[in-house]
Amino acid sequence: MTTRTFLVHGLLAGLLAGVAAFVVAYTVGEPQVDRAIALESAGATADHHHEDDVTTSGAASHSHSHDDAAISRTTQSTLGLATGTLAIGIVLGGLTGLLSAVGLGRLGSLRPAASTALVALLGAVSFSVVPFLKYPATPPAVGSGETIDSRTALWFGFVAVSVLGVLAAVAVARRAAHRWSGVPGIVAGAAAYVVVVAVAALFFPEVDELGGFPASVLWDFRISSLLTLLAMWAVIGAVLTVLVDRTWRRQEAAAAQRAFAATL
Amino acid sequence: MAHAISSSTPSTVAPADLAIPLREIAPWLVLGALFAMSVVVLISSVQGAITIPAGTAIHEWVHDGRHLLGFPCH
Repeated sequence: MTTRTFLVHGLLAGLLAGVAAFVVAYTVGEPQVDRAIALESAGATADHHHEDDVTTSGAASHSHSHDDAAISRTTQSTLGLATGTLAIGIVLGGLTGLLSAVGLGRLGSLRPAASTALVALLGAVSFSVVPFLKYPATPPAVGSGETIDSRTALWFGFVAVSVLGVLAAVAVARRAAHRWSGVPGIVAGAAAYVVVVAVAALFFPEVDELGGFPASVLWDFRISSLLTLLAMWAVIGAVLTVLVDRTWRRQEAAAAQRAFAATL
Repeated sequence: MAHAISSSTPSTVAPADLAIPLREIAPWLVLGALFAMSVVVLISSVQGAITIPAGTAIHEWVHDGRHLLGFPCH
């Protein structure tokens, strides 16, 4: 098994994951996006309107309304959404594949399928789930154009801490497993990661720009966003694991065949 | 004979023996990580600082994806 095996399988898994994320986002998420935009248009969220200040503040703002938007809502919710999910799916799938190549044979006594599945799980937790807990997704009409720079910086900062934290935790786990055994190693690694992200979550500033946004719509939107992310990672993990396992089994079978032939 | 071969005999290869040398993975990983980061930034954060094709066109195009994939947006 070479790096190429993992990268090709990861890209393929990512492509399928992008499709899956699009399907979930379109069916489950888009109705919530539309509800949020309808609320915004109706003026239910008094904090900020995008509609009026589009021309004045230029790049810092944009419109969700149907009439004057540069790109129609229909395009945003179909081709635009697919562009986003496919692009993110492919790069995350490819990167997960490469990291699985690093993990191969280096995560205790895990066989290729198991180590690949573990890498995908750690990717999902560190890149999507934990950052979501600190800075959950927000629907349109929540979050102002003026603070998007700082919110983006905070989000990337937290993701960086989380991803570096999980890499450090794996190193801790390997060292502890080497010293004692597997279970203490896993516990030490998990504890190290939890401590890192918990401390980071305490120190990173809170972002609250909800204003009077209805809690029920917010909840439904966030659940749909989380489902989209989970669908993406589930497909990356499942497809990559299956493909890696298939390659591994073929290689094993070929090796067994050669060994058998040598005995004749 | 085929049965004897295809039966899942326990592998004699230890997992550690499968490890791909880091030397071989590193260049792929460096480029892959940088490329992945670039795409994530492009999809999640381009706000008009880069005005290709114009203004916030990229932002508008992937607008729904940004919201639903949990990236900061407005």
